[in-house]
Amino acid sequence: MTVQISGAARPAAAGTSPARSLRNLTYRPEAGALIGTLGVFVFFAVFGGANFVAASGTAAWLNVAAELGIIAVPVGLLMIAGELDLSVGSVLAASSMTLAIVSGYWGGPVILGIVLALGVGVAVGLLNGLIVTRTNVPSFVVTLATLFGTAGLTLGLSRVITGTTSVAIKPDPASKAVFGTLVAGQFEVAIFWWLAVALVVGWMLTMTKYGNWILAVGGDKESARAAGIPTDRLKIALYIGSGFGAALVGVIQTILYNGAQVANGQSFVFNSIIAVVVGGVLLTGGYGSVVGVVLGTLTFAIVNQGIYYTGWNSDWASFILGVLILAAVLMNNTFRRLALSYAPRTGKKA
Amino acid sequence: MTEPILRLNDVSKSFVGTNALQDISLEVHPGKVLCLLGDNGAGKSTLIKILSGFHAPTGGTIEVKGRPVVFRSPRDASAYGIATVHQFGGTFPLMSVGRSFFVGVEPTKGWGPFKRFDKRLAGEIAVREMQSLGITRVTDGKRLVGSLSGGERQALAIARAVYFGANVLILDEPTAALGVKEASHVLRIIMQARAKGVAVIFVTHNVLHAMMVGDHFAVLIHGRKADDFRKGERTREQITDLMAGGEAMADLEAELAELEASA
Repeated sequence: MTVQISGAARPAAAGTSPARSLRNLTYRPEAGALIGTLGVFVFFAVFGGANFVAASGTAAWLNVAAELGIIAVPVGLLMIAGELDLSVGSVLAASSMTLAIVSGYWGGPVILGIVLALGVGVAVGLLNGLIVTRTNVPSFVVTLATLFGTAGLTLGLSRVITGTTSVAIKPDPASKAVFGTLVAGQFEVAIFWWLAVALVVGWMLTMTKYGNWILAVGGDKESARAAGIPTDRLKIALYIGSGFGAALVGVIQTILYNGAQVANGQSFVFNSIIAVVVGGVLLTGGYGSVVGVVLGTLTFAIVNQGIYYTGWNSDWASFILGVLILAAVLMNNTFRRLALSYAPRTGKKA
Repeated sequence: MTEPILRLNDVSKSFVGTNALQDISLEVHPGKVLCLLGDNGAGKSTLIKILSGFHAPTGGTIEVKGRPVVFRSPRDASAYGIATVHQFGGTFPLMSVGRSFFVGVEPTKGWGPFKRFDKRLAGEIAVREMQSLGITRVTDGKRLVGSLSGGERQALAIARAVYFGANVLILDEPTAALGVKEASHVLRIIMQARAKGVAVIFVTHNVLHAMMVGDHFAVLIHGRKADDFRKGERTREQITDLMAGGEAMADLEAELAELEASA
């Protein structure tokens, strides 16, 4: 995260002034998302009272954000490349059940279960990527199909193998510490996984040539291909990434809660898209940043959890989210227009 | 006369049932502008696709610097220094000028896992190359491509092609979507590229634009080369009449005048 911000603030030629860096910020994809995150935080800090800003309140939304964020970051990357991945919900469930069945029901080593669970994520991602690139069927349809297909397979196989739809597991202390512990009694270790994923992916997107390829593919696939970018391989890799992210959260949840259920994870399908879109990623691709996705995830999590601290009926949470999504997208559009009208020195003011 | 850098001998292309191109022979010389004129559907796009490696011809041969070549993919064509710039510049509106300039060929610095895209260098080179084509308003490589004018975008794409060693530049209707002033920018850029020794194939249906920069002209009608001439050998009216399919524009004018009178 810090990497990106310092990169943006570096002046091209002229000296830095607060006004200049503020203006630079408005030309970045995450400008709207930052306002959104600060806005909802202040809103719930005011209406949610002291408990919301206390450690327990912070842990509540950080934990939600961390699990969502590990999926939203790679899904965001895919969306910047112009593709959707709806299958993450079922991948999470499939990965959870794989780990629980292998290491819980069958009593295999936990590490084996983890490797196989992550393998399931990679396999579904590979399948998504291959189908999307080979058939040119819109990725919305392809991943909708794999969302349902994987969910059905998970349910069917779980019932055939174990006879139930929820399986318990007793993770060993080492796995528990790495994936499913609560730091200071309330912060999920997933927060660190999220940070690591965001840092690595953020670095890749802004600082390496692969990031440039992703932006190019999302901006104009044909021009990108003509420029020699292996667009198909790139997309397949990104699908594997989002499958892996979803599977990782499956592993984390299973070890944290000592068990898995086939219905886990379906909420991540839309929540990840919300986080990404609120974070300033253009749904049609070509524009967006990891910092933005992280902020979008935080915004979502704050609203999602903040409502419980206000004393209002939590039925209203979805309504607030709906309004928020619309507001965020409109704001992001405005900022994108500002960025497109950016013509320094000569005349036209933004 | 210099040796042609690109030569087409009786190139034909038929799609199932239809002949899109028949027996097209052309020569393209370094530092010259060949204007490829033709109405919509005359076969210009098919010819461009053959030259840029998207389609393989079904007949005839292509020679680069006197040696016969076969393009199996767009990458093959660009390996021979043939670059195509499409109407909208083939660039990425939401990417910065520097990023866009180096898509697919990013300069890097650092080593191993910390090897990173040198964005500052990319921006500097992009701005410098555009300025060498006479675009002086773009001074910041971090500007988004979408904030450039149509002519500036064309300039970016052309600068990119020239920088990466294109010696044959195919411009597909570069002025069609532009206003008068922007179009004159692009014509100036074509002359700049020509002055750098690049062979330019300027595809257009705008006779006026073609006559302003062309050294050599070829007119396509229904997939055939209807005429082939040098600068100054035809008048604008002759070319327009030819492109309209042989039907004299004078006839059309008379007909229109009649309609106007009866209205």
